[in-house]
Amino acid sequence: MNRQHAAWWFLTPALLVLGIFFLLPVIAALGLSLTDYDLYALADIRHLRFVALGNYWDLLHQRKFWSALGHTFYFVLVGVPLSIAVSLCAALLLNSPLVRFKTFFRTALFAPVVTTVVAVAVVWRYIFNTKYGWLNYVLGLVGIHPVDWLGDPHWAMPSIILFAVWKNFGYNMIIFLAGLQAIPRDLYEAARIDGASAWQQFRHITLPMLGPTLLMVAILTVSGYFQLFAEPYVMTEGGPLQSTTSVLYLMYNEGFKWWNFGSASAVAFLLFVIMFVVTALMLRIGRRGEAA
Amino acid sequence: MPEPSRPGSTVTNRTVRCLRVLAVLLLAGCSSSNDSRTLTFWTIGREGEAVVKLLPEFEREHPDIHVKVQQMPLSAAHQKLLTAFAGDSTPDLSQLGNTWLPEFVALRAIDPLQRRVDASTIVKPDDYFAHIWSTNLVDGELYGIPWYVDTRLLFYRRDLLKAAGFDTPPQDWAQWRQMLAALSHPDRGIYGILLPTNEYEQLMSLALQQPESMLRDGGRYGNFRSEGFKRALAFYVDTFHQRQAPAITAVEAGNPWEEFGRGVYAFYFSGPWNIGEFRQRLPADEGEWATAPLPGPDSAGVGAAGGSSLVVFRHSKHKDDAWALIEYLSRPDVQQRFYDLLGDMPARRSAWDGGSLRTDPKVQAFREQLEHVRATPSVPEWEQIVNEMQLVAAQAVAGELTVDQAAEEMDRRADRILEKRRWILDHPRAAKAAP
Repeated sequence: MNRQHAAWWFLTPALLVLGIFFLLPVIAALGLSLTDYDLYALADIRHLRFVALGNYWDLLHQRKFWSALGHTFYFVLVGVPLSIAVSLCAALLLNSPLVRFKTFFRTALFAPVVTTVVAVAVVWRYIFNTKYGWLNYVLGLVGIHPVDWLGDPHWAMPSIILFAVWKNFGYNMIIFLAGLQAIPRDLYEAARIDGASAWQQFRHITLPMLGPTLLMVAILTVSGYFQLFAEPYVMTEGGPLQSTTSVLYLMYNEGFKWWNFGSASAVAFLLFVIMFVVTALMLRIGRRGEAA
Repeated sequence: MPEPSRPGSTVTNRTVRCLRVLAVLLLAGCSSSNDSRTLTFWTIGREGEAVVKLLPEFEREHPDIHVKVQQMPLSAAHQKLLTAFAGDSTPDLSQLGNTWLPEFVALRAIDPLQRRVDASTIVKPDDYFAHIWSTNLVDGELYGIPWYVDTRLLFYRRDLLKAAGFDTPPQDWAQWRQMLAALSHPDRGIYGILLPTNEYEQLMSLALQQPESMLRDGGRYGNFRSEGFKRALAFYVDTFHQRQAPAITAVEAGNPWEEFGRGVYAFYFSGPWNIGEFRQRLPADEGEWATAPLPGPDSAGVGAAGGSSLVVFRHSKHKDDAWALIEYLSRPDVQQRFYDLLGDMPARRSAWDGGSLRTDPKVQAFREQLEHVRATPSVPEWEQIVNEMQLVAAQAVAGELTVDQAAEEMDRRADRILEKRRWILDHPRAAKAAP
C-alpha cells in the first residue's frame, strides 16, 4: 500500500460522513426538483410525475418568484454595504487608542449577535409600532410625521434591513477588529512622520491592509444575507403585500406550508445558482484587486 | 473463560448484575404500560390546556386507558401533522380543523367513522348542527366528529350605534354600509370596523353568503369570477376605499380588544373565542357590547362553518379506545364543561339547552348563525387557495388591482394550484385516491 492509498483510507470516514449527510441529500433534492412531489405523491407514489425542468420553467414565469428575487436583491444590495460600513466604523472606533472601557463596548456591541431573533423581534416590533413606537416618538420630536414602518410596503423592507444590520454587525466588527490589530503600528508611525492626515492613513494603510479581511467578510455577509428568512418571518410574515417575502421565504411556503417539495427544491437550486455566481464574481473581482 | 477470577472480575460481575436488574426494571416498566393502554391525543392551541382537566374523569371511567395529550401551537400544527404522517408517527387521535379534513382524507391518513357512529348510543348525528356535520363528510364518507364549532360574526358597540341613531344591528349590507359610514371618522383615527388584511376569514365569510361556490366543476377550477364573489369582493374592498376600515394587518393592529373598548372600532368581525377575551379585557361595562349575526346581501345570519373535529388515525393501534375518548368528549355534559373551561362552543344542540349557554345573551347570535353556516369547498388545496385569495384581495385593497382584475388573478392562481387535482381526477389509474 503506497502513501497515497493510505491517505485515502484516512480520509474515508470524513468522506463517508460528507457523502451521506451532504452530497446524498443534495442529489436527492436535485432529483426532487425534477418531479412534482406533493401531498398527493406523499399519499400514493403513483401520483408522482416526472416534470424535467417544468418546475424551473414554471417558477421563471411566476411573478411571485421574480418579486421575491427582487426583494432579496434589495435586501442584499442595501443591507450588505450598510452592514459592512457599520461594522467597520464600530471596529475603527473600538480600535482607537482614545476609547476607554473597550471590553465593555466590545461586549455590548457584540450582544445583539448572540440574542435570539424571535426575542429581539418583539422589542423591535414595539420600536417600529406606528402609534406607540419609540422610533416614531423620536421622529415626532423633530417634527416628522409618523411612518407606518412595518405596515407600509415601501417602508417594511428598510425596517427589516435596519433590524438585520443591528442584529448582525457585531459579528463582522469582531473580525474587523482582529484585522485592524494585525496591522503593524510602524506603518502608521511612518505615515505620520511623512505628514499623512487621518483620512490618508485610513485610505492608504488601513484599507489595503484590511483587503483580504474585507473580501472574506463581504462574501460571508452576502451569502448570509441572500438567505434572508428569520427577520421577515418574525417581523412581518412576509407582508405587507408580500413586500418582505424573500426567495427563502417563498421556498419555505412552497415546501413546508403547502408541501410542494418539487417546486420548493427548484427554488432552493435557483437560489444556490444565483449565490454561486455572485460569490464567484466577488472572488474574481477580489483577486483582480489584489493583483493590481 | 478458563482462567479463575482476577481482581477486576468482581467489578465486572457487579456491573453485569446491575445491568440485569436494570433490564428487569425496564421490562417491568414496559409491561405495566401494556396493561394500561396509552392513547396519544394531539390538540391544537389552547384546547390542550382545557382538555387535560376533562381527562381524569375519562380515566376513572376507563381505568385501563391512559391518555397522553400533546399540545401543538396553531401555527405549527399543520406542518407537524403532515410530518408525522410522512414519518409514520401519527397519534391515535387528534383535533383537526374541519377545513384541513379533506387534505388528510386525500392522504388516507384518517379512518372513516360512519360504522362507529351507527353503533354508538352517544354520538347522534341529528343532534349536531347539520352544516357543521356535513363539513366532516368527504365524498359522502364521514371522517370526523365535530368537537367544537365556530363561525365569524359581528361584535358591535351597542352604545356607539345607539349614539349614531341605530337601535338594532345591521340586517343587510346596505344597512351595514350606512352604519359604517356614520361611525367612521378616519381623520380622527376612528373606523367602523377592523378587517385585518392578512386574514382571509372575513372575505371568505362574505363570499360564502353568495349563491355561487368559490370553485366549480367539482373543485377543478376557481370560480372567483362569478357575480356573487365579485359582489362580496367589491363590498370588502369598498369598506377600505371609503375609509371605513384601516388597511392594516393583524400584526399592526396589535391589541384590537383595547381599541374596540376605546371605541376606535365600532364593529369587530370575529369568532366565539373573543367573547371570553372581551369579558376578560373589558370587564367594567359589559352591557356596552353585543354580538349579532353577520349581515348578508339581503338578510343576516349566514356565515362560514368553522371549528374542529376529532379524528382517528388509520395507523392507530387503539382505535376502539380512541373512539371511546371521542364518545366521552362528545357527551353533552362534557361539552358544556368544555365550554365553561375555554369558551369553545359545543357542536351539539342539546349541549346548548342547558348550563351557562342557555342564558348567556352573547352566545345567542352564534347559535342562530350556526343553523345557517355554509361549508367551504372540500378540496385538499383549499387552505392554499384561500390564502392566495387573500393575498390578491390585499392587492385590490391597496388599489393595485380592480375588483375584476383581482377576481381574474384569483382564478388564475386557483387553477394553477388545482392542476394536479384535475390530473388525478381525470387520470383513470390514480382516480380512486382523490377525494
